[in-house]
Amino acid sequence: MKNTPTLSLRVPEPSGRPGDTPDFSHLKLDAPGAVDRPDVATAPAEMRDHAFRLIRVLDDEGRAVGPWDPKLDPDTLRRGLKAMILTRAFDDRMHRAHRQGKTSFYMKCTGEEAIAVAQGMILSREDMGFPTYRQQGLLISRGYPLASMMNQIYSNAEDPIKGRQLPIMYSAKDYGFFTISGNLGTQYVQAVGWAMASAIRGDDKIAAAWIGDGSTAESDFHSALTFAAVYRAPVILNIVNNQWAISSFQGIAGGLETTFASKAVGYGLPALRVDGNDFLAVWAATQWAEERARTNQGATIIELFTYRGAPHSTSDDPSRYRPGDEHEKWPLGDPIARVKQHLIAIGEWSDDQQEAAEKEAVEQVRAAARESEAIGTLGQSRPSVKTMFEEVFATEDWRLVEQRREVGV
Amino acid sequence: MSTASMNMIQALNSALDVKMSEDPTVVSYGEDAGYFGGVFRVTDHLQKKHGLNRSFDAPISESGIVGTAIGMAAYGLRPVVEIQFADYIYPAYDQIVSEAAKMRYRSGGQFTTPMVVRSPYGGGIFGGQTHSQSPESLFTHIAGLKVVIPSNPYDAKGLLTAAIEDDDPVIFFEPKRLYNGPFDGWHEKPVSPWKAQELAQVPTGKYIEPIGKARVMKEGSDVTILAYGTMVWVALAGAEHAGVDAEVIDLRTLVPLDIETIEASVKKTGRCVIVHEAPKTSGFGAELSALVQERCFYHLEAPVARVTGWDTPYPHAFEWEYFPGPQRVADALKAVMSGGR
Repeated sequence: MKNTPTLSLRVPEPSGRPGDTPDFSHLKLDAPGAVDRPDVATAPAEMRDHAFRLIRVLDDEGRAVGPWDPKLDPDTLRRGLKAMILTRAFDDRMHRAHRQGKTSFYMKCTGEEAIAVAQGMILSREDMGFPTYRQQGLLISRGYPLASMMNQIYSNAEDPIKGRQLPIMYSAKDYGFFTISGNLGTQYVQAVGWAMASAIRGDDKIAAAWIGDGSTAESDFHSALTFAAVYRAPVILNIVNNQWAISSFQGIAGGLETTFASKAVGYGLPALRVDGNDFLAVWAATQWAEERARTNQGATIIELFTYRGAPHSTSDDPSRYRPGDEHEKWPLGDPIARVKQHLIAIGEWSDDQQEAAEKEAVEQVRAAARESEAIGTLGQSRPSVKTMFEEVFATEDWRLVEQRREVGV
Repeated sequence: MSTASMNMIQALNSALDVKMSEDPTVVSYGEDAGYFGGVFRVTDHLQKKHGLNRSFDAPISESGIVGTAIGMAAYGLRPVVEIQFADYIYPAYDQIVSEAAKMRYRSGGQFTTPMVVRSPYGGGIFGGQTHSQSPESLFTHIAGLKVVIPSNPYDAKGLLTAAIEDDDPVIFFEPKRLYNGPFDGWHEKPVSPWKAQELAQVPTGKYIEPIGKARVMKEGSDVTILAYGTMVWVALAGAEHAGVDAEVIDLRTLVPLDIETIEASVKKTGRCVIVHEAPKTSGFGAELSALVQERCFYHLEAPVARVTGWDTPYPHAFEWEYFPGPQRVADALKAVMSGGR
């Protein structure tokens, strides 16, 4: 008989399941202003702590505190707030459009608006963003036409990508927005390649990529970090830790073992771990990484610590796997409410202005919807079937010509 | 234009060198492909001549190599990446299939990926299962990819030049058994060098062999043999061994396929034998056979025959039983000449 114990598998479980009281007591949250801001030239090994701490700027009273305060002027703050409000209004409208049968699918970014909006405002349109499906704020913060986004969602005759992709998989080269892939993680390494190309050509453009906490388990994530570190690619590698990969909590992707930001440490890359619901902290960290990339010092990993408030998609029901009110209890609050509170605290905003801005956003979305729905919703209108055969290659080969003729177009 | 006698390695190297000299957006990288010039020497001297930024070593990460190339291509470069053996292309499969192949389509033409994935492929070198496979049909099945396989130095240079200039992603398989000489499958006989062949006289400057055009290697009237890569030379040897007047067609490009040349030849000869190294089931021969049946059925005097690798993993000790040699080609030719097997 053997004397060793029987082996057993540990399968991590989240702190709460449906019916439980949300419990975030395990989170170690640094106080706003508590984390120091190293010089952008700091060697990664000397800023190891930043991969484990949490950069925060806004305190509970809405004051901006500490070394990471980007000291934004009120106009920029108001622009950011309005873009976040507009993003949420857009999400709400399109979620409703799905419920009304106007499209097949939608994905909201509720609770994560600060991330894409702040980063979209910092990066230039000549830079290239390699987003996931939850960075609609990149387009919205840059003034991309809402009706064009809707046309894509409805796969209608004016869909910029001709009815070929799942709703929300936008593509907008002129706005620095790379075509979205449904295969997760693939674009992380492509962003590194794009950045390498800019460096090879002696250009001044940088790339940015986003990945979810779940997809950090994909091998492409690790390839991307290797290439980014080895070739010192001018790229910002964002990890949006929104706690959930559909129904799998972040512990399944390794989030209980260490922070996602700390994965950078093993690759010799600098990492910043940031309160993703704090517009100012996201701004400051991104600006730090941007300066580092822009000055040829290479890539930065930014973990954006946030919470996915809405379902993963319209095909998901989070009440089946997490406490119903967990999002409301998220200790880092709501990104929109926090900027609003900050602007009011510095005397640059009011509840009335907030209300007016929300109304205006709803009206703006409604007007875009009118424009888009006049062209048609899913199934009512679509590009010519002929386009189905186009752009497979630069020019059609005989197979495609024959098959197109078979369809009669 | 002056010509020089080149083997396939030198011809491919010359294509890269000429294109990199002419076009600053062409870059070349892969495992061991920089300083050392590639384990087969195809990228030799490129780093020295064109600089570290345009010819460099890459981490052993096929997905990383192809994924970064996609990003570079989307930026506006023309990357030519090397996957050291085609057997190692599978970790990059998702990047090639889901990403590079679909980029133009899914972005409505906003983003394109003009890039070449080069890879030595095929058997006959005692490479065992991880250095011998022929995975071309995994790529011919994918919308948005072009697949090119040259069989001689002249075509290798002309086709690689065309592939680099192509605006779509190209999978470029190099039959490594042919790198140093036209191997005809008689493994017990000495290999002849390329310099004895007319197709080894390669222009030193730039020229293009168009993608999508087959080469009739030998005209004939009895039967059409469709082959590509090493099997072109095996087919020629097999026809000679069988004493059959075969028309041997080197497809050169599997996608897009030169259907006109195939159709015209089979209608002329009335018989068709397809030869490839890859396993039989769902191999590219199945596609060729179906096309011939669809287009030439009433001209056929015998069922279409396939001579292929077996449906087993590539075996090390049984390489010559596995590798489709001239004897098996001759047997198939005789069978179709007598009306079928």
